[in-house]
Amino acid sequence: MIARLSLLLAMLLCIAACSPIKPWVKPYERQKIADEIMSFDRDPIAGSYLHHVYDAREAARGGDGASGGGCGCN
Amino acid sequence: MVVINRLLILGLMFMASIAHAAVLPDERIDILYHGYDGGGAQIDGPSILVRKSIGSSVSVAANYYVDMVTSASIDVEATASPYSEERKEQGLSAQYMVDRSTISVGYVSSKENDYDATTYSLGIDQSFFGDLTTLGFGVSFGEDIVGQNTDPTYKRDLQRRKYSINASQIITKNLLASLSFDSASDQCLNLADTESCLNNPYRSVRFLTGTGGYAYQGEIYPHTRNSDAVGLRLMYFLPYRASLRAELRQFSDSWGIESENAELRYLHPYGERFLFEVKYRIYDQTGADFYADLFPFRDAQNFMARDKELSPFSSTVLGLGVTYKVPAGTIPWFEKSTVNLYWDHFNIDYDDFRDARVSPTEFAAGSEPLYSLDADVIRFYLSFWF
Repeated sequence: MIARLSLLLAMLLCIAACSPIKPWVKPYERQKIADEIMSFDRDPIAGSYLHHVYDAREAARGGDGASGGGCGCN
Repeated sequence: MVVINRLLILGLMFMASIAHAAVLPDERIDILYHGYDGGGAQIDGPSILVRKSIGSSVSVAANYYVDMVTSASIDVEATASPYSEERKEQGLSAQYMVDRSTISVGYVSSKENDYDATTYSLGIDQSFFGDLTTLGFGVSFGEDIVGQNTDPTYKRDLQRRKYSINASQIITKNLLASLSFDSASDQCLNLADTESCLNNPYRSVRFLTGTGGYAYQGEIYPHTRNSDAVGLRLMYFLPYRASLRAELRQFSDSWGIESENAELRYLHPYGERFLFEVKYRIYDQTGADFYADLFPFRDAQNFMARDKELSPFSSTVLGLGVTYKVPAGTIPWFEKSTVNLYWDHFNIDYDDFRDARVSPTEFAAGSEPLYSLDADVIRFYLSFWF
């Protein structure tokens, strides 16, 4: 399932690269998305700690946009 | 599940034509106290992050993190003695920005008395389409040495690999999206078939003895584990100044575990000084193929595990938090400072992990009550920008 989704992503990226795309959100229209409340990872130290807790309590790992190191959480 | 799949495909379609211009991260200092209390384990300690730019194109960061563990968890109470230990982690990273690309390198070292882990990472991000789209690739290599306090000769070598693709996209003036795919593999090195490196060497499985009772023997794990995870995150700026973040993730691995989780977070500024956050997360996973709470007899399978993190379970997390922005000028040298307190409450209900601490005269083997766990996680931190 994940492999199929990845293939779909790669195909769509290739298709997109073939046509010129102009930014549809102009730089002067980006004040809201530049607001601090729109940051995915506003405080990295706090976010990475919570990901560490998730990794220790759950079998799942990755797919959360975070990089991690080994922690001996086995 | 179907809904998650559909949303993921929808997200992929948005990613087709691809979020932020290449900019260096903020110069800042963060000082965090973290605390975990649940299931008989208390883990707390500090974490410090310092990030500084050198010139206009290089940013370096250093992180120091400590876990101080006191554990009398259900695993420990069943087959071992309560213990205390300390884990120290040190990390260094650097980012080099050139035009619309950012190259990142990182190094993390984690040490405790029975586990050493070293991780090296390399990544590159590139923005496209007037900085509406950012595409990133990353790879990390890890080398771990697993030890055991009760046996000085016990030493297991473990190699970790992770490959990542991240795409982030400005979709509208109010909507951001980020899609992440990670593929990870763990590989034991130089091990005999009867040895394991991917498990906790202190943990045991239990099996029926044939006389109505049960006994314990050591776990045996496969020597490899491969996993894939894909996650989609969306962030929406509401019609008033507040944001809503949604996160969906799907995971599967070569041990037969599949999981999904979803999270919704609401962030609301109040006045000029406060940010309030409320969050709810649900998580669900199936068990590993070789997991059992109670095996029918000794050596029942070639691989055997009784790690509750490999068992089927579902969990919820409720999180509340507040950030206070200290008035400028209150703390000299810093342009901006914040005080932050975040609390998360975990509730985990295990579907096939029984509480074997109960009296065997009261409960027959395999009919003990299912285990559940509540945990509180505190993050209190100060952040300073300069």
